[in-house]
Amino acid sequence: MENKTIAAISTAQGQGGIGVIRISGDKAIEIADRVFVSVNNKKLCDLKGYSAAFGHVVNNNEVIDEAVALVYRAPKSYTGENVVEISCHGGMYITKEVLRTILSAGAVVADAGEFTKRAFLNGKIDLTEAEAVIDIISAKSKTAARTALCAKNGALWKRIENLKNNLVSTAAHLSAWADYPEEDIAEVDENSLADTFEKALADFDNLLSTYDAGQIIKEGIDTVIAGKPNTGKSTLMNLLAGKDKSIVTDIPGTTRDIIEETVLVRDVVLKLSDTAGIHETGDKVEKIGVDIAKNRLKNCGLVLAVFDGSKALDDDDIKLIEEIKDTQVIGIINKTDLNVNIDIDYIKSKIENVVEISAKDGKGYDELADLIENTAGTDNFNPSDGILANERQRNAVERAEKSLKDAKDALDMGMTFDAVTVSLEEAIENLLELTGERVSDVVVDNVFHNFCVGK
Amino acid sequence: MNYSAGNFDVAVIGAGHAGIEAGLAAARLGCKTVVFTINMDAVGNCPCNPSIGGTAKGHLVREIDALGGEMGKTADKCFLQMRMLNRGKGPAVHSLRAQIDRRKYSDEMKHTLELQENLELHQAEVTAIEKADEGYTVITRMQAEYKAKTVIIATGTYLGGRIFVGEISYDSGPDGIFPASFLGQSLKTLGLPLRRFKTGTPARVLKSSIDFSDLEVQEGDEEIVPFSYDTEDLGENKVVCHISWTNDKTKEIILDNIHRSPLYGGEIQGVGPRYCPSLEDKIMRFKDKPRHQLFIEPCGLNTEEMYLQGMSSSLPEEVQLKFYHSIKGLENAVIMRPAYAIEYDCVDPTEMNATLEFKKFPGLYGAGQFNGSSGYEEAAAQGLIAGINAALKVKGKEPLILDRASSYIGTLIDDLVTKGANEPYRMMTSRSEYRLVLRQDNADVRLTPMGREIGLISDKRWEKFNKKQQIKAEELKRISKVVISPTKEVNHILVSRETSEITTGVKLIDLLRRPQLDYKALAPVDTTRPQLDSNIFEQVEIEVKYEGYIEKQLKQVEQMKKLERKLLPTDFDYTQLTGLRLEAQEKLNKIKPLNIGQASRVSGVSPADINVLLIWLSQRK
Repeated sequence: MENKTIAAISTAQGQGGIGVIRISGDKAIEIADRVFVSVNNKKLCDLKGYSAAFGHVVNNNEVIDEAVALVYRAPKSYTGENVVEISCHGGMYITKEVLRTILSAGAVVADAGEFTKRAFLNGKIDLTEAEAVIDIISAKSKTAARTALCAKNGALWKRIENLKNNLVSTAAHLSAWADYPEEDIAEVDENSLADTFEKALADFDNLLSTYDAGQIIKEGIDTVIAGKPNTGKSTLMNLLAGKDKSIVTDIPGTTRDIIEETVLVRDVVLKLSDTAGIHETGDKVEKIGVDIAKNRLKNCGLVLAVFDGSKALDDDDIKLIEEIKDTQVIGIINKTDLNVNIDIDYIKSKIENVVEISAKDGKGYDELADLIENTAGTDNFNPSDGILANERQRNAVERAEKSLKDAKDALDMGMTFDAVTVSLEEAIENLLELTGERVSDVVVDNVFHNFCVGK
Repeated sequence: MNYSAGNFDVAVIGAGHAGIEAGLAAARLGCKTVVFTINMDAVGNCPCNPSIGGTAKGHLVREIDALGGEMGKTADKCFLQMRMLNRGKGPAVHSLRAQIDRRKYSDEMKHTLELQENLELHQAEVTAIEKADEGYTVITRMQAEYKAKTVIIATGTYLGGRIFVGEISYDSGPDGIFPASFLGQSLKTLGLPLRRFKTGTPARVLKSSIDFSDLEVQEGDEEIVPFSYDTEDLGENKVVCHISWTNDKTKEIILDNIHRSPLYGGEIQGVGPRYCPSLEDKIMRFKDKPRHQLFIEPCGLNTEEMYLQGMSSSLPEEVQLKFYHSIKGLENAVIMRPAYAIEYDCVDPTEMNATLEFKKFPGLYGAGQFNGSSGYEEAAAQGLIAGINAALKVKGKEPLILDRASSYIGTLIDDLVTKGANEPYRMMTSRSEYRLVLRQDNADVRLTPMGREIGLISDKRWEKFNKKQQIKAEELKRISKVVISPTKEVNHILVSRETSEITTGVKLIDLLRRPQLDYKALAPVDTTRPQLDSNIFEQVEIEVKYEGYIEKQLKQVEQMKKLERKLLPTDFDYTQLTGLRLEAQEKLNKIKPLNIGQASRVSGVSPADINVLLIWLSQRK
């Protein structure tokens, strides 16, 4: 079994002072030796497992960064393979540069979750753990991590179990009724069957709707920073992201493309896009940016509308206020470090939540964070209710719902119960994918548990 | 001193329902075959209920017939009453059941074996099976040594049989016939671990001692159909059955004496089936149920013995008398044969391949109760497959493996060899995930081409089959062309069937799709309808009406087949795959599934384990 050696940045991108790049595979140490030069000129391949070396990451004799390389030898590593972890200075540019160097030295970029997949395949963790780990890794806030833990500890499982049990006992009744025609088994009543199906369908709906909530928790709220040029949008984004992301200049219209970044504000994940400013323009390229920005405003979950507090309100500002009146908005009066010339009362009359900040020196950040938490927070969402955590789970429930609808349709149409049963069992089968059982076994067991049958 | 009794291709031990089909199939495929029965009067014996078929079992009989087996034909010849169970519950669960004359059935089967070319039938107790240079040596109590290339074990409840009636117990086969007392030890020596299962049967009572006057009568169907596609003229129903119920008094007698049951006293070690429980089992397990149903069924035309279906028991004879007498109609019943429980040796069927050949013993096959199943039909189905595969092996041909999507037979065998049996296995429609495809009406379409290819379907039968398919296709074509006009007469029929009227001409096929309508209802307005066999109308109507659902099932079949095309090596040691859970490693090493589909059905193998296998397989390439 030949494995490619994979590499990826394994710390959260752009946050924290240190970035870790992990390399895993048969050739992990060999590849690391090609890019890492230790200060004492010792090769990593001469090191024992669990030992570290200090040195530099070098690309074509050019030093990229100071770094520490940590060597793990198979099978004593997270993945069970040879692993080297290179810790360098955090920050997007440097970590990416280090990764690029490692890739050109012979590693391939790891797919999402691939380290965990290898750990699973090498028997380091089991699949449920792996799935939960992947969810925890990709969880961007505490609430999301809590939800992932709930999935692993069974809140979702219990919920599906309840749904499933109702359907299984119905299927068991139908089976007993068909397999033991001469036993004294209650007739299957069409109305109660329809009732059961309707209730279950409502449950399915409910469960599926948790997926959206779950997605918001995990993926973050689609948030647009809007405002006319040079109101300090990019500075605000950098304040929220804690790094240099947008190109910040004093020339209006510097930000043309939509730049996306995921940031954590308290316990709320925001998927931020910094937009080109919304203003009338003759510049063709700029106009495309403005149109895209307008479109995003209508479809996002939250708008951070930025106003330049040092200048008086103008047509562009008023147009923006118009543009966002149907969306959830936080008004941000920026540049409070300068003289205030804007008509704050007017803005407050149009926008419910307004905060004054100075993005440049971070003043007002706490108030802004409070507001974000209050407007977009997930306080009313209880992850221990059990939610659908990933696409696989959602898909299984969706298929189950579709099958159950077919069963209901067959019943409504007056088809015989064998046709109804076929769809009902398909629905159960899909649910069982989530709990790890199979339909015929479960139904058969249930028949004997609940019905007295025999010759 | 042992003496040599000859060389055979196939030796079959036992001439019950499994042994009969095995012997006949092997002989008909040209193999020199010997069949042993412990008692010549016990060939094809029905030691329990005097009936063949029933839910899911009726499907098995039709499938056995479609492949070229014997059970359906003989049941048709000996039937006393025919009923299609579950009419109105949908075509997937329609099941034919025949009350039969059990002595006649046994005689007919024995005679069929006697007349079969290439087949010798011997009364002999087989005491040992030993490995030989080419195949096996089968040794009888009379010290005869038969050399056989292949051996099929179909020992039923005879192998180490022991009967229990209350505190009394003794070694015995069914119906007081002596058991096979030595073979079990020989099989253990050979290396086949055995285990104990148990089953039971109710009392037979004298007809003239029953008061039928207040009992509900159960008649046969008005229009009856045969099991076999060969049977031309079935004749008429000859008997009725009766229904009665237990009551509080019965319950009280049983509860007062439950300590005298060997099952509750702990004497019986064997595992009994949940679906064929004794009356004391039913009362103990379902204490709230005030009464239990029983059917009084005649055992034949030349006997006054009546079978009490639902009333099996292992309580002492004296207690049996008391509780039977508490039941309406049986107040003065004379017991001719008491009820009893019987314990016997059988194997773990996961030791076998889907060909029913033992994995560790090439050329050695098992069938019927020996494999852990229960029921005549289940036995016959396995016997047929074991007989076919033994013959194919002798001829050096590829074995026959029926998959789950082909038949109930395939489902039965896959369940046995993949999941094993923790109790005697009975077929039920709910065991099949493809019920709407595996119907009793289309067993011929599914299996007769296979039977023909193997060589068990005669030219005449094959011609008849093809003719039927052609007529069916023509009828399908006809109903897609014929347009029914919106006349008063038509709409009258539609309204009377509670379905909406038509205002323009509608194709006959589209009217037939409506759940409320059928061929019968539309007869008066379907003026160009040809005279056809009722089975053809039945199949056409089902295929039209359930088209969408059948398609859905076919898609599921396709998905399953996709998994079955992902082949697994049979020589791999799964403990090397450390990503698998320990239980899955052990189970996979035991079963050695042929493909991912089968692996996914092994109990103890979770979907997570299947994912490991899938990822491992894809990385292996």
